[in-house]
Amino acid sequence: MARIDTETTSQIVKNHNGKPELLVQILQTIVTRFGWVPPETTRQLAEELNLSRADVHGVVEYYHDFRTKEPGKHIVKICQAEACQAMGSRQLTDHAQKTLAMSMHDTENNITLEPVYCLGNCACSPAVMIDGKTYGRVDESRFNALLNDLRGDK
Amino acid sequence: MARTKIYVPRETAAVSVGADEVALAITQVVKKNGMDIELIRNGSWGATWLEPLLEVEVDGIRIAYGNVSAADIASMFDADLLSGGKHERRLGPTDEIPYLMNQDRWTFWRCGRINPLSIEDFELHQGFKALKKAFVGGAEAVLEAVAESGLRGRGGAGFPTGIKWRTVANAEADQKYIACNADEGDSGTFSDRMLMEGDPLGLVESMAIAGFAVGASKGYIYLRSEYPLAHSILSRAIETARDAGWLGENIKDSGFDFDIELHLGAGSYVCGEETAMLESLEGKKGIVRFKPPLPALEGLFGKPTVVNNVISLASVANIINLGGERYAGMGVDRSKGTLAFQLAGNIKRGGLVEKSFGITLRELVEDWGGGTASGRPVKAVQVGGPLGAYIPADQLDIPMDYEAFIGIGAMIGHGGIVVFDGMADMAQLARFAMEFCAIESCGKCTPCRIGSTRGVEVIDKLIEGVDREQNHELLVDLCDTMESASLCAMGGMTPYPVRSVLKYFAEDFASSGKK
Repeated sequence: MARIDTETTSQIVKNHNGKPELLVQILQTIVTRFGWVPPETTRQLAEELNLSRADVHGVVEYYHDFRTKEPGKHIVKICQAEACQAMGSRQLTDHAQKTLAMSMHDTENNITLEPVYCLGNCACSPAVMIDGKTYGRVDESRFNALLNDLRGDK
Repeated sequence: MARTKIYVPRETAAVSVGADEVALAITQVVKKNGMDIELIRNGSWGATWLEPLLEVEVDGIRIAYGNVSAADIASMFDADLLSGGKHERRLGPTDEIPYLMNQDRWTFWRCGRINPLSIEDFELHQGFKALKKAFVGGAEAVLEAVAESGLRGRGGAGFPTGIKWRTVANAEADQKYIACNADEGDSGTFSDRMLMEGDPLGLVESMAIAGFAVGASKGYIYLRSEYPLAHSILSRAIETARDAGWLGENIKDSGFDFDIELHLGAGSYVCGEETAMLESLEGKKGIVRFKPPLPALEGLFGKPTVVNNVISLASVANIINLGGERYAGMGVDRSKGTLAFQLAGNIKRGGLVEKSFGITLRELVEDWGGGTASGRPVKAVQVGGPLGAYIPADQLDIPMDYEAFIGIGAMIGHGGIVVFDGMADMAQLARFAMEFCAIESCGKCTPCRIGSTRGVEVIDKLIEGVDREQNHELLVDLCDTMESASLCAMGGMTPYPVRSVLKYFAEDFASSGKK
């Protein structure tokens, strides 16, 4: 994923009318487009929004969505919540970690694996989200098929 | 001749199991054969177990085909789909599917039926009728109808909506707000999402009614980021409403100004707590506020604010259309009206069932849900999300009623019902409740922030069999502390699932991990 540059950051701030009360929305826009918030972006946002660096840093650190490490090109999230557990998400998670040879929150081969607590697809459990798209009724073989699609597109 | 209409839901659950591919396959067949049909991407009717559910309208009757995959489309067209032809996927008229027929659709009656992004379709189905009625009847009449309906907050707390609205209406301020809580983070719940994807204009209308009733000119929707499709549909619906003059200044010459801003959350569960949500809407960390002051008096940016869940708000339009008395006539005791129950987890027929309060948990799990998906007996049912108790299989005859649930140390919450079969390791689920609280705690109060981590450790010892009696006592003591001394429901109710496991499934601590 590309690293956000200072001009783009300024543009995003401008699109939000430079309002500090839109900090969460600004960060969400950045993460949706670039996947993470680099430290220099935190500094720049503080300056442009007239907030302290501690304020911005605090918000970035608080929310799960605001990654401070660069993720892979593809983000695979596996739901860990109760409804998915009832349909074997723990086993699916083990399978995913084994297949990808990595743990949760790790990035390998352009794939980042993350837990998520409910995708609201609880009648089609277990649920998985890949690059912002939700998949339901994901058993091990469907997971493998979805993974193959990703590997074909490195 | 009017073009034949084919409906394929554009709704997260349906799309998650192939609805987009089905729609694409239809488009390809239609193009190849030069046919002229209208493909409508509706919301879901809520029979999620039948998704993707395709419908074709024949002589004004919608014929349903269930569990359709893209691979079925060619053979369906061969079987004369456009005339509702016979096919192994054919279920018959949508209106005659028992799962859907026997519901009390008050809030969700348009969901599945209409094109969610068409103002024309919305207005053909009574859209904006309630708002117009409010403009004629005045704010006082709206407040009275909502109070009379007995509607209680559907987010989980069950606070009377009428009292909340009255408080904000009576508050004097230069600016007031409507803040719609669409941070539906509870596992097993998806009714907010289904409403926003299937009838987003219904939410827009109800928010405008709320604004009109209390004197607020601005509304916010705080939507969780895990719902990208709902975000896309809702954004377009808001724009559509604005373009048609249903949002903005002087709406339809009523003299009433109202607009809605859509905000995204960022993956924090506790932001579903109303004051944490307000903090997040102000661009800050989602840390819970002390109450008082109540948000109704000092809410968003310190101004009087109605904070309501999506379903609470969306129930209002029909309360205005049909009268508060009619709504209050459904349900039992102090649980008036309907709730959109969500059947989830290990269940054969998962989906959304809107029924009057008073139906039993057993009816929902067995009659609607058909028992477990695995076919094994039900072991436990968690109602009300991750902070809700695990109810054992022999207690399913409890009626869905706020007070009845409180009576057994449980809660209805947002109406999510998660079913587990005998394979479930209840000790691990109790541990998960504490672990989840540790991950999601906002950190403001000690019982929640520290207690949850200690809870995980004590449960681990129980599972390992270390000083079982003492650790059991310690866990109960910890639950007492968290329950009585936490600032909000996150720490205050995490003990609910834990206690229920201690009470009903204590043997699982010894057997945990050994299955």
